[in-house]
Amino acid sequence: MANKLNLEVVTPTKLVVSEQVDLCTVPGTVGVFGVMANHAPILSTLNIGEMHYDNEGNVVRIAISGGFVEVSSNRMTVLAEAAEISEEIDVDRALKAKERAEKRLQEALSGREDVDEARAKAALARALTRLKVAGEMS
Amino acid sequence: MASLKDIQLKITGIKKTEQITKAMNMVAAAKFRGSQERMEEFRPYAGKFSAVMGQLATTANPNAFPLMEEREVKKSMVLVVTSDRGLCGAFNANIINAAERFMKERRSEGKEVSVGCIGKKGYQYFSKQDVDLPIEITDCMARVEMVDARKAGMECIRLFLDGEVDEVQLLYGRFVNVVTQKPTLKKLVPISSGDLIEEEEEVEEESGPKATYIYEPDPEQILNVLMPMFVNVQIMAAMLETACSEQAARMTAMDNATRACTDMIHELTLAYNKARQASITSELMDIVGGAEALKG
Repeated sequence: MANKLNLEVVTPTKLVVSEQVDLCTVPGTVGVFGVMANHAPILSTLNIGEMHYDNEGNVVRIAISGGFVEVSSNRMTVLAEAAEISEEIDVDRALKAKERAEKRLQEALSGREDVDEARAKAALARALTRLKVAGEMS
Repeated sequence: MASLKDIQLKITGIKKTEQITKAMNMVAAAKFRGSQERMEEFRPYAGKFSAVMGQLATTANPNAFPLMEEREVKKSMVLVVTSDRGLCGAFNANIINAAERFMKERRSEGKEVSVGCIGKKGYQYFSKQDVDLPIEITDCMARVEMVDARKAGMECIRLFLDGEVDEVQLLYGRFVNVVTQKPTLKKLVPISSGDLIEEEEEVEEESGPKATYIYEPDPEQILNVLMPMFVNVQIMAAMLETACSEQAARMTAMDNATRACTDMIHELTLAYNKARQASITSELMDIVGGAEALKG
């Protein structure tokens, strides 16, 4: 117990993960970092990206988009706006989202003002993360 | 007195109404369970969020954040969360009345008031009134989504930062229990650090001595990212509660309607039987009278 970390991944719609883990790596805004048991309290915002945790060799990968992470007294809480475990990701949907986002980004770069570049970029990053997390498992 | 046929027709009609209200009651009950579940699923997220915000608010300097700036209120906006659909008793009317009361109060202090609407019922009402409607989001209550909350939140923040409003109050149907829903007013923007710290104390009672955190990036930057999200989270929570309250209100309203139907059917059946007996009696009287006349 003492050398395990209590990990919780929470989104507005559900509690995605609640488990004891050995190691958890998250995409912090300043940089990717890993957290093991007895980590010092930390509070960091998160980028869109991949997080994964390791429990006795079983690695679970999760695609998350934005949010923040809090670690204190061996409890790690990831609050993300969305989080999907690799097996649950709908690859077709992610592919479509990627194409859509690419198209929008093209439009934004070609100077159309009604398309928000930052939003298109974020959408693309989300889709790519989902694909990456889903792809390497299968 | 109504004829036998008239009463019969009325009874059939009310029986049909009763069937509908009964069905609506059951549908509302099913939806209520769904929305209550969603509300409960959201709670850990919102609770944790408030806790972290409170934690940050104690360390950061509140004057550094535009979203926390307390200005003298000249223009105020009330974000009214109602349901999309009617037939749920006085639920929406109560919320709208509360909004009107709030607006009257602000106006009597010489302030301008505008209204933001989430939910069709509020929009239908306020679009006919003489007020500004900077936000209008409808058809979102059947399934409450973060996207809608974010849309409303972003707009509130923009209005506030552009100086178009000096405060935003959130008005929603708080879910007390199945029979009680209470229109509740909550300040949304500016975010006051006092409220945050208070909320944090409610949530964090087990964790013992306060740990010193490593902040990545620094607390100010984290807060800058989290504050807009916090506004969205609060709107989301309000929408979820309103959706839940709506179904509860509809359950009660439809239950009452069904009961009223049963009562009416009972009374009408009595009236029908009386009328039927009266007509039989008068027919008998006729026959007896005729027979007497024949006897001579």
